[in-house]
Amino acid sequence: MIAETGLAALWLAAAMALLQLVGGLTLLRGEGKLTPLIKPAALVQGALCVVSFASLMWLFYVTDLSVLLVASNSHIDKPLIFKLAGTWGNHEGSMLLWVSVLSLSGAAIALLEKRIDTRTLNATLAVQAFVALGFFAFLLFSSNPFERLVPAPVEGAGLNPLLQDIGLAFHPPTLYIGYVGLSVAFSFAVAAMLTGQVGPAFARAMRPWVLGAWIFLTVGITAGSYWAYYELGWGGWWFWDPVENASLMPWLAATALLHSVSVLATRNALRAWTIMLALVAFAMSMAGTFLVRSGILTSVHAFAVDPERGSFILALMLMYTSLAFLVFATRIGTVKQGEPFQIVSREGGIVANNIFLSVILAIVLIGTLYPLAAETMGDKISVGPPYFNKATAPIALLLMVALLLGPMLRWRRDELKRHKYWLVGFFAISLWTGVAIWRFVPGVGVFPILGLALSLALAIAAWVPLKGRKLLRTPLPVFGMVVAHFGLAVSVFGMAAESGFSRETLTALAPGESAKVADWQVKLDDVRPVVGDNWVAIEGQLIARNGDKKFILRPQSRQFYRPEQQTSEAALLTRWNGQLYAVIAQPDENGDGRWQVRLWWKPFVTFIWFGGLLVALGGAISLLGRMFRRPKKPAVNKWAQA
Amino acid sequence: MGAGMNRTWLLWLPLAVVAFIGGLAIYGLVVPKDDMVHSAMVGRKLPEFALPPATVGVAGLSNRDLADGKPRLLNIFASWCIPCKAEAPYLEALKKSGAEIDAIAIRDKPEDVAAFLAEFGNPFRRIGSDNEMAVQLKLGSSGVPETYVIGGDGTILYQHIGDIRAEHVPMLLEKLREAQ
Repeated sequence: MIAETGLAALWLAAAMALLQLVGGLTLLRGEGKLTPLIKPAALVQGALCVVSFASLMWLFYVTDLSVLLVASNSHIDKPLIFKLAGTWGNHEGSMLLWVSVLSLSGAAIALLEKRIDTRTLNATLAVQAFVALGFFAFLLFSSNPFERLVPAPVEGAGLNPLLQDIGLAFHPPTLYIGYVGLSVAFSFAVAAMLTGQVGPAFARAMRPWVLGAWIFLTVGITAGSYWAYYELGWGGWWFWDPVENASLMPWLAATALLHSVSVLATRNALRAWTIMLALVAFAMSMAGTFLVRSGILTSVHAFAVDPERGSFILALMLMYTSLAFLVFATRIGTVKQGEPFQIVSREGGIVANNIFLSVILAIVLIGTLYPLAAETMGDKISVGPPYFNKATAPIALLLMVALLLGPMLRWRRDELKRHKYWLVGFFAISLWTGVAIWRFVPGVGVFPILGLALSLALAIAAWVPLKGRKLLRTPLPVFGMVVAHFGLAVSVFGMAAESGFSRETLTALAPGESAKVADWQVKLDDVRPVVGDNWVAIEGQLIARNGDKKFILRPQSRQFYRPEQQTSEAALLTRWNGQLYAVIAQPDENGDGRWQVRLWWKPFVTFIWFGGLLVALGGAISLLGRMFRRPKKPAVNKWAQA
Repeated sequence: MGAGMNRTWLLWLPLAVVAFIGGLAIYGLVVPKDDMVHSAMVGRKLPEFALPPATVGVAGLSNRDLADGKPRLLNIFASWCIPCKAEAPYLEALKKSGAEIDAIAIRDKPEDVAAFLAEFGNPFRRIGSDNEMAVQLKLGSSGVPETYVIGGDGTILYQHIGDIRAEHVPMLLEKLREAQ
C-alpha cells in the first residue's frame, strides 16, 4: 500500500510539473490564464515528492521485501542506519532523491524568492519544472523504485559492503543536493535570458542558490575524498577517477560562477559570461550523473550499469543543455554589454580566477573524455594521475598567485603600487619557504615546494581584506570569503606536504617483527580473527613507537558475506602533524607465517580535508550573511563579496 | 566579455562543444565495450627468443622453429590456469583437423606441466618454458590462455585472447588456411 502511495505521488508530481511547464509556455506570449497556477503547482509538486521519498524510506525502514528495490538492496540483518541509507544507495532511490531535491528547490524558489520580477520568477519555475519533468519520466518509465516483486524473498541481497559506512551513507546525497542546487542557477539563467532580465537583481537572486549548492559540493567532495582515503586502503586521497572528476567539474564551474555572479551583482559586468557559467555548471552536474550511471567510462565506482538507462539520461542531458545553449546563442546577443572595468581591479582579479578555473575544468574534461575519443579512433588509452597532476598543478598555482592579490583590489580600478608592500612581503615569504625546503630537504618535487610556499603566503594574504575594517560592522560575506580563502591555503598546504613528504613501507612481518617508516618504529604484535555483524576479519595489532610515545593500531582485512566481498579496513593514527596509515592483507599462498603490512607516514595530510571543510564553512558564513542581511544603503554594496 | 558583432560565432561555441561531447557519449553507448587489450605485435615478425623445454620428453621453442614455412598456432598456457584446462579438448580438435600447435608455458614447473599433459593430452609439437614471462611480454600477451596464428615466415597474424571454445575452432582453422 505504501509503495502504491509513493508511486501515485510521483505520478501526480509529474502532472504538476507538466502544468508548470504549460503555464510557462503561455507566459512566452504574455500573461496566460495558467500563469497564476505556476507557483502553487511548484509547492504541491515539492510536497508530493516528499511523500514519495518518505514512502520509499519507510519501505526500507520496515524492509518490505515485496518491493524489488528493497529486496535487491537491503537485508533483514542490516543495521538500521544502513537500511535507511539503502534508500538512496542504489540507482532508483538515488534518482528519486535527485528529482525530490529538484522539486523541493522549485518549491523553495516559489516560497522564498522576492527579489526578481514575477515574470522572470514564473519563467524560472517553469524551466525548473521542465527539467524535473524529464527526470520524472526517467523514473516512471525506466527506473520505477516502487516496483513489486512476486514472490517476495525471505531475506534480501544486501548492500555492497564498501557502502556500509556511515560517511558514505551521507556522501551521495550531499553531492546530489549540490548537483541539483545548480539546477536552480540553470533555471534562473535560462529564465533571465528569455525575459531579458540579466542584471544585478537576477544575480542577487541566483547567488544564494549557487552558494548553497557549492557548499554541499565542497562538503561532498571533501568527504568523498576522505572516505576513499580511509576505506579503500590505497593510501591516496584523490585518484582522478572519472566519477571523482564528475564531481570536481561542477564544483570548478560553480566556484567560477560564485565569483562571477558577485561581479554581476555588484558591478553589473560579466553578464554573458555569468549566464554561460550557470549553464555549464548544471550541464556538468548532469554529465556527472550520466557518466556515473551509464558505464561508458571505466571507473572504480562500479555502479549497476545499464545502457538503456544511460541512453535515457544522455538524451535528457543533451536535450536540456542543447536547448539552453541554443537560447544562449540566440538571446544573449540582446543582453547589453556590462559595465567596463580596468584590468587591475577586483573584477580583473575575478576574471583571472574564472579563466584559471575554466582552464582547469577544460583540462579535467579533456582528460576524462580522452579515452572515449581515442576509442572512436580505435585506440585504447587510459588517462591517469600523471596527466592530471602535471596539467592542473601549474594552473592551480597560478590561481593561488592571483588569489594573493585579488581580494584586496578595489572594484573598477586600482593601482598595483598601492599594494607594493604586501606584494613584496608575499614574494619574500614564498621565496624564503621555497628556498629553505629546496636547500634542506633533498628530493622534493617542484610542485610540492611551490605549493607549500604559496599556501603559506596565502594563509596570511587571506586575512588582509579584514585590515582596517571595524570587525563588528564588517558584513558576514567578507568574513566568509576570508575563511574560505584561508581554508584553501590550509588544504593546499596539506596536499603539497602529503605529495612531497609522504613515506611508504611495504613489508611482510611475522608476529614480533618490526618495520620502520619515517620516524616510526612499527611492530606487528599479534594477529587474530574478529567477527562483526555481517563480516569476519583478521585483525593485526600493531604497536607504533615514535621516541618514547607508544600507540596501538588495529588494521583489518574483512570478509563480508551477503554479498561476498573482501575489503581492507585501514587503521589510522592521527597526530597534529600527520597520519600514520596501516593496512594488513591476507597472507600469501606460500604461507610462511608472515603478513603483508603496508605503512605510510603522511605529514599534514588531515589539513587537506580540514581545509576543505573551512572552505565550506566560509561559504556557509557567506550564505548566512546573504540570507539574513539588514536592509542597507546601496553604497554598502560595493564591498559585497562572494 | 560581452558579445561584439564580430564575435557572435563564439556564442555558438558552447552548443558545438555540447554536440561534440554528446556525439562521443552516444558512440560510447552504442559501440559495445571491448575490454580486451590486443597486442601491438599483430602484423609484425616474432621477436627473437629461445626457450628451454617446459618438461621432459618435449622440445623447447625458439622463434626460428616457428618460421620454417608452415603456418602454426602458438598457444600460451599454464598448468595452473583453469581456462587452459577448459580449452584443452578444442586444442586436440584443432590438431586432429591438421593444425600444428606450439606452446609456451608460463611460470610453470616441469612436473606440473607433465601432469597437465598426462591429464588433458598433449596436442603440442614443442613447449617452451617462460618462467619470467619475458617472451610473453615481448609477444604482447597479457594473460593465459592466448593463442596466436603465426605465418610460415614467422609473422604474427592473429591473436585470440581467452580460452578457445567450440565456435572458435573453425575460425582458427580458417585463419591457418588463409596463411598458407
